[in-house]
Amino acid sequence: MRELGGHRGRGLAKSIDWSLVICYLLLILIGWVNIYASIHSTEPSSIFDWSCRSGKQAVWIGTSLILASIILFALNPRIYEGLSVPIYLVTLGLLVGVIFLGIEVKGSRSWFEFGPIRFQPAEVSKISTSLLLATVMSQLGYRIGRIRDFIITALIILIPMMIIVLQSETGSALVYVGFIFMLYREGLSGWLIFMVGMAILLFILTLTASPFVAILVLVGIVSLCICLYSGKFRWWLFICVPFIVLMAFVPMILDTIAIRTLGEEAVAAATESGQLPLLLKIKPLYILLGATGVSIPFLAYHAFREGNTFTHLSILSLIAGIALVFSADFIFNSVLQDHQRKRIEVLLGMKEDPTGVGYNVNQSMIAIGSGGFAGKGFLNGTQTTYGFVPEQSTDFIFCTIGEEWGFLGSAFVILLYVFLIARIISNAEKSREAFTRIYGYCVACCIFMHLFINIGMTIGLMPVIGIPLPFVSYGGSSLWAFTIMLFIFIALDSNEKKYF
Amino acid sequence: MKLNRKNKLLIGLGVTAAILLTKLFIIQIIDDKYKLDADNNSMVYSIIYPTRGIIHDRNGKILVGNKVAYDLLVTPREVEEFDTLGLAKVLEVDPELIRNKMAEYRKNRRRIGWQTVVMLKQLPQETYMKFAEVAYRFPGFRGQARSIREYPYNAGGNLLGYVSEVDANYLKRHPDEYKAGDYAGMTGIEAAREKELRGEKGYTIWLRNSKNRIESRYKDGEMDKEAIPGKDITTTIDAELQHYGQMLMQNKVGSLVAIEPSTGEILTMVSSPGIDVDMLADIGQHYAEISSNPYKPMFNRAVQAPYPPGSVFKLVNGLIGLEEGVVSPGTLYPCSMGYHFGRNKLGCHAHKSPINFEESIMMSCNAYYCYILRDLLENKKYESIGIAMDKWKEYVMSFGFGQKLGSDFPSELGGFIPGSGYYNKVYGKGGWKATTVISLSIGQGEIGSTPLHLANLCATIANRGYYYIPHIIKDSENVSIEDKYRERHYTMVDTTHFPKVVGGMYRAVNSGFGSGGTASIAAVEGLEICGKTGTAQNPHGNDHSVFICFAPKDNPKIAVAAYVENGGFGATYAAPIASLLTEMYLNKEIGESRKYLEERMLGSNLMDRVKVRK
Repeated sequence: MRELGGHRGRGLAKSIDWSLVICYLLLILIGWVNIYASIHSTEPSSIFDWSCRSGKQAVWIGTSLILASIILFALNPRIYEGLSVPIYLVTLGLLVGVIFLGIEVKGSRSWFEFGPIRFQPAEVSKISTSLLLATVMSQLGYRIGRIRDFIITALIILIPMMIIVLQSETGSALVYVGFIFMLYREGLSGWLIFMVGMAILLFILTLTASPFVAILVLVGIVSLCICLYSGKFRWWLFICVPFIVLMAFVPMILDTIAIRTLGEEAVAAATESGQLPLLLKIKPLYILLGATGVSIPFLAYHAFREGNTFTHLSILSLIAGIALVFSADFIFNSVLQDHQRKRIEVLLGMKEDPTGVGYNVNQSMIAIGSGGFAGKGFLNGTQTTYGFVPEQSTDFIFCTIGEEWGFLGSAFVILLYVFLIARIISNAEKSREAFTRIYGYCVACCIFMHLFINIGMTIGLMPVIGIPLPFVSYGGSSLWAFTIMLFIFIALDSNEKKYF
Repeated sequence: MKLNRKNKLLIGLGVTAAILLTKLFIIQIIDDKYKLDADNNSMVYSIIYPTRGIIHDRNGKILVGNKVAYDLLVTPREVEEFDTLGLAKVLEVDPELIRNKMAEYRKNRRRIGWQTVVMLKQLPQETYMKFAEVAYRFPGFRGQARSIREYPYNAGGNLLGYVSEVDANYLKRHPDEYKAGDYAGMTGIEAAREKELRGEKGYTIWLRNSKNRIESRYKDGEMDKEAIPGKDITTTIDAELQHYGQMLMQNKVGSLVAIEPSTGEILTMVSSPGIDVDMLADIGQHYAEISSNPYKPMFNRAVQAPYPPGSVFKLVNGLIGLEEGVVSPGTLYPCSMGYHFGRNKLGCHAHKSPINFEESIMMSCNAYYCYILRDLLENKKYESIGIAMDKWKEYVMSFGFGQKLGSDFPSELGGFIPGSGYYNKVYGKGGWKATTVISLSIGQGEIGSTPLHLANLCATIANRGYYYIPHIIKDSENVSIEDKYRERHYTMVDTTHFPKVVGGMYRAVNSGFGSGGTASIAAVEGLEICGKTGTAQNPHGNDHSVFICFAPKDNPKIAVAAYVENGGFGATYAAPIASLLTEMYLNKEIGESRKYLEERMLGSNLMDRVKVRK
């Protein structure tokens, strides 16, 4: 047994990756200064004034630093592996408990309240899930390709994710999707990520264009994959592409024929009254489905004769894809909640509404855009300080950065994150212990997802999903959670370096 | 560099960062859509409120218009030391009020921040003009034009409904459509047609400089949005007739409804006592007064009160009797001051005996309809009285009774028509027979019908067998009505039976005094009014006076139902009122010989007879 916080081997000061610590300190400092700037005009007071957010954040930062020190200097990094199961279970308990015992904030029940302190179990659950993933996946003999191992891994991720969805915190749940990158690193087939990406593409196409277009694209991609696999790219180019182009024009052709034969007014009237003539009752979608349906058995027979598993799987994916397209509409209209549906609609440009949901995004883009190259200067922002941007010190803190520090400042912050994430990944790769590597990847994935979703939201690349910018956004619960998460990794990392 | 999975992920990270940076580069440097003035300006949205749609009557007269009033806005952060007394004097308010408001803003300054709040609402134009002259002395204060409702006619307060500022509850129910400070229709047509009437808000974007003064328009108004005015609405109401109806019903409790039979358009709908339009304009001031009024002026009796229809209902039973063949125009029944069954009797008034079908309507004989109802319920055609009863109910409902007619008027209620299920519950299965429910024959008992139902019955008879769903919005360019208002609704009684009933109604009015006709008082020379009186028994006080009539007999133009609570006989109040309304509509004036009647109706006061819970 090594002694607790022992100083054997290389000294702690030398084994800690100080670049990560400096990066962390820079980010919390940037956060603090910008929180002050965002509230400055409505509450002009000292940055340390306890009654306003910058003062409170100072307290959160102080306590976070204490937590970081405890993790670095007082706790033995070996304990995490052993404690990961109980920590995970306790967190699950908290996640379920908050649904019944928590207070309601903006329509979701995800916060515990103890006097002045609010705490969100979903933040802790990222850490506990990462720890358990690292423990399970670092076991000897674990292979993600084995069904049993894969299912266990999926469950570890999906259970907290589902509970968080039940709390109506879809944004926080979305972060868990990021673990897929860690799984990829640990040997998950790249096809799975491809499939998930395709599913998202089909979903969006179904909603923005139509099921017809979505299925057309699906047919195109699946046929391309089959042809590429069997080395018949030409075949695809000369047979599949013309077919797809022809199908794309079918709706237009049908319309033209109808108008030619019946006259424009008759068609318009028929469309309005819902009593379509026979010609227009033929939906292009059915023609496409019919054509696909006829070719599937032919392809399947062909594949069977050749013993081509890939084609079989492709056909299965095609069928699954078509099912997805048809259920997308259902999911969109029945599963998603009202505000989420609206946000997706605005994001995809299906509905224009500058004063409703789009208002936040519009205002936030104006704030960031008005910063220009070098920004307006510290405390000189007008958009963020006059209260045009909502949640300006929490989820929309990046607006203040963009407005007052301009492109230079925002690019610096983004690059700081990129450095942080890349550094975590490379440290993780260097590690000799699977536990540290996997945990490191988990941390990187979580920070990455938060970064992309949060900044993407403020600049209109993502729908408005309320999750904080790590280390920067106002809020004790999130700052604590990210601090603990990062410093556990730094401690694990330094612990190894001490001995090798 | 090897293309292992770690490096692939790092490349992905780099690509993602590049996407974020590119988008940032676009909005911060390339695209100047998001740029503001170099002088660190920020935008201030000032909302332009649309004018609300105007409500017209059927002849194009304005029932509800708009006039301008001003709200006084204040941005507390911009307010400097000012002469409170001076401001109070200009605005004609108590200085204490301004002091209190300012103290309140100081208390909530964190929450308010740089926002602008409304200090005073709906200042009249003259007051605002006085303020505008001296506004330079009061930085931080400004006015905002709002259009508020104006009512040129005192007609149809209950119908039109009122508009008021949305409250927290309303906002919760319409989360995305309204913001605090918006106005919305709360009752009547204003509520039913809120979507068309309200229009769309617009905004002007102003630029504020770093000293927080409003400086200029943002991009010369390029990004501004104009307000879209609300759509105008045409109602089927005749403003003059509505006003006249209200005058006739003043100081009485009850309802008066007139329908154009050939379209189902509601010409007049009076619920008395109602809400005066002066009160509508400023509902906030009068709300407490209105809601504490024991006569419940907010209660729209015309579509909500389930009254017993009284003898008017004999027309329905008569028509069912003809259709079912239990009575024919020549059937004679005796009446000796009522209908005797066992040791009981349902009384009637003195008239000649025996009488035929038309005379039964003309003289409103109770006994005649007891025979009809009993024959209907004991008809051998049906296996049991229960089945016969339900068949009867089906007939009655085909006239629109016992259900919401489906009018476009909000808060319509359906009334009640009993069936076998109801009586089985009350008396037990087999515990009742025709004589138990005999009072249904004369429109008493458990029947509940609204004045709108009665007017609709009248229109159905006027049309000889069908009705259009009564409605209050007229088809116009702006607002089209649903198809259901253009469909004929036939009753289950064959149209060939209706002329016999019309004949009886004609004789009830036009046989002259002394003939036994119950509604001679309603006769107007040359108008060929057909009517039927009703006297609804009221165990709590004086009977209710009921009358329905239509005119002219052929090709009718108007069908009226009048219901006067505690008015006594149908001929005492309801018949004069309904016939005066008919006369006014068709002749545009009241004949000399009937002036006395008009005066009596306008002058009479029945309010003391009405029992109310204070």
